[in-house]
Amino acid sequence: MTAELDFEAWTCPVPLRDTPFVVMGHGGGGAMSGELVEHLFLPAFGDAAAPGLADSAVITAGGARLAFSTDSYVVKPMFFPGGSIGDLAVNGTVNDLAMSGATPLYLSTAFILQEGTALADIRRIARAMGTAASAAGVQLVTGDTKVVDSASGDGVYVNTAGVGIVPDGVVIGPTRAAPGDAILISGDIGVHGVAVMSCREGLEFGTTIASDTAALHGLVADMIATDADIHVLRDPTRGGVAASLNEIARAAMVGVELVERALPIPAEVRDACSLLGLDPLQVANEGKLIAFVPEDTADQVLEAMRAHPHGAGSKRIGRCVPEHPGTVVARTALGGTRVVSMPIGEQLPRIC
Amino acid sequence: MKYLDEFSDPDLAGHLVEAIHAATTRPWAMMEVCGGQTHSIIRHGIDQLLPEGVEMIHGPGCPVCVTPLEIIDKALAIAAEPGVIFCSFGDMLRVPGSSQDLFVIKSAGADVRVVYSPLDALAIARENPDKQVVFFGIGFETTAPANAMTVYQAKRLGVPNFSLLVSHVLVPPAMAAIMESPRCRVQAFLAAGHVCSVMGTAEYPPLAEKYQVPIVVTGFEPLDILEGIRQTIIQLESGQHELANAYPRAVRAEGNPAAIAMLQDVFEVTDRTWRGIGMIPKSGWRLSERYAAFDAERRFDVAGIRTEESAICRSGEVLQGLIKPNECAAFGKQCTPRNPLGATMVSSEGACAAYHAYRRLDLVSS
Repeated sequence: MTAELDFEAWTCPVPLRDTPFVVMGHGGGGAMSGELVEHLFLPAFGDAAAPGLADSAVITAGGARLAFSTDSYVVKPMFFPGGSIGDLAVNGTVNDLAMSGATPLYLSTAFILQEGTALADIRRIARAMGTAASAAGVQLVTGDTKVVDSASGDGVYVNTAGVGIVPDGVVIGPTRAAPGDAILISGDIGVHGVAVMSCREGLEFGTTIASDTAALHGLVADMIATDADIHVLRDPTRGGVAASLNEIARAAMVGVELVERALPIPAEVRDACSLLGLDPLQVANEGKLIAFVPEDTADQVLEAMRAHPHGAGSKRIGRCVPEHPGTVVARTALGGTRVVSMPIGEQLPRIC
Repeated sequence: MKYLDEFSDPDLAGHLVEAIHAATTRPWAMMEVCGGQTHSIIRHGIDQLLPEGVEMIHGPGCPVCVTPLEIIDKALAIAAEPGVIFCSFGDMLRVPGSSQDLFVIKSAGADVRVVYSPLDALAIARENPDKQVVFFGIGFETTAPANAMTVYQAKRLGVPNFSLLVSHVLVPPAMAAIMESPRCRVQAFLAAGHVCSVMGTAEYPPLAEKYQVPIVVTGFEPLDILEGIRQTIIQLESGQHELANAYPRAVRAEGNPAAIAMLQDVFEVTDRTWRGIGMIPKSGWRLSERYAAFDAERRFDVAGIRTEESAICRSGEVLQGLIKPNECAAFGKQCTPRNPLGATMVSSEGACAAYHAYRRLDLVSS
């Protein structure tokens, strides 16, 4: 049987280096998204670009320190257990501002609507936005609407931008992560991503999980009120906890060590990910934050987080270390270690 | 999840690790056949817990990795045709063909869809009678029954616009080919549990006897794998070479008779080229003559596509267990999951991808 086998001339295909077109992975929030920004947008913007590494930029204008952020929402389906694209559009931008420690104040809203979309759906989304904005205490102060023909677009796309005020003395950002920091998370991991996937076309599966979408600035305010020197806040949306921690580790050139047994992953998220071949650490969250705080204040911050409705499930999940800078490592439940990689593009369901 | 969580219990795993250490007196090299097992071993750090000298050699059991380049080029050609909806398991989208992958074909306007079951592709075909719907039917004996059922249903329901691009591969002939290799270091096999749950275990005693190797049918959770290793080492240490079933909750000796009957109706054995390994006689399935009308290779003009595989990557040696992924000079450098040189880096079940995703700290280049 083996006479025909060639054991020396193993060969592989020519590598696929770059694609001439945008592929879905460019929007996945992982390495491909980062490469698009680093290698295309920033060089093209030239001197005009002044990018930060945080979820929102902190700028000084008229003597005030403002947090400023924008985000576009293209989630499919538009309605999912626990929320809609409208909830995400408000809470997502509010959270991006809150991750700088800001009190969010004003949001813009821009809609790109596909010809033929039911006005009842638009109304439902807009109402969700109004309700979410009221709950978050932000005002929707300007907006825009465009319509594209039925061959373009996909229902409703929403963009929101927001500004907020950063309190005096508050400096929160990914470069401040430091060895010795405790790493906290405000609750269960992977809930939003699994809720959306459970009703995505062609993938429907039964689950009682609903999206965790929520505005987190109240929680952040309570954390800041402890007077702890909070180093980093991040809401682990696209790319999940894995992407957020890798970005922080690289921004501050520190190591991150997770304890796998400490990760709050609900059984339903674990099971859905197991069936679909996904890593819960790479699944999106919409109402959770990760915090890096000095170890000596960690218990105090955790207590404040747990006292807030959006932080009741807060846990310590790891620590920041001087070893292996730029790399996230997890201690497995069995006692081994593994590196938690930056997601690349879209998560690919496994074949079996 | 019931029957999964119980088999990840760290305390019970500790007992098994102790038992393995107690039973081991010298170095052994065993191969886990299935890519799912490789994934689990690296994911949980199981190989770090084994006695020094007990080596896990990663086998060729990743269906994405061994799918030949030529069939991927055929898939790309079919997917790019107007009026085609090309359906695939998600993994296959990033496998590079000669110059493109399915993601690139999709970005250029092709209708490429990820489905979780081939029956979903059949449903798409019924909903789109004016389109040609093709499912990329790859994999081992595990994915074959669902593909067979889909073609069977397509014929029964009369869905003329559905076809299957088939490149199925079979495990036992590959195990024999590995043992025949003059460079083979494999002293025992952890057989692929889910392959056996379909096909049963009758094919393995002759292999164990001919090559004098223990073959232990093994599952995929940490405790399953540790138990498979424990039983293998006990056999090795006592000089036995028998078939054993360490995955009885999923595997019966006779397998799944209904699935086997369906497979025998829909498929017939054929010679098959394995990416990185070469042609192994009688190691694959193709559609039988009864279902030839649903063969995408006949329906689309792709017979002329002939692709030679050529590059620097050593995935073939990885698939054979001759080298570890990190022993390849391209690993983590020219070859990463973002830019895979070889198929073993593409699928999350591929040994290189598993190493890269869960790679050890000592492999991290800072």
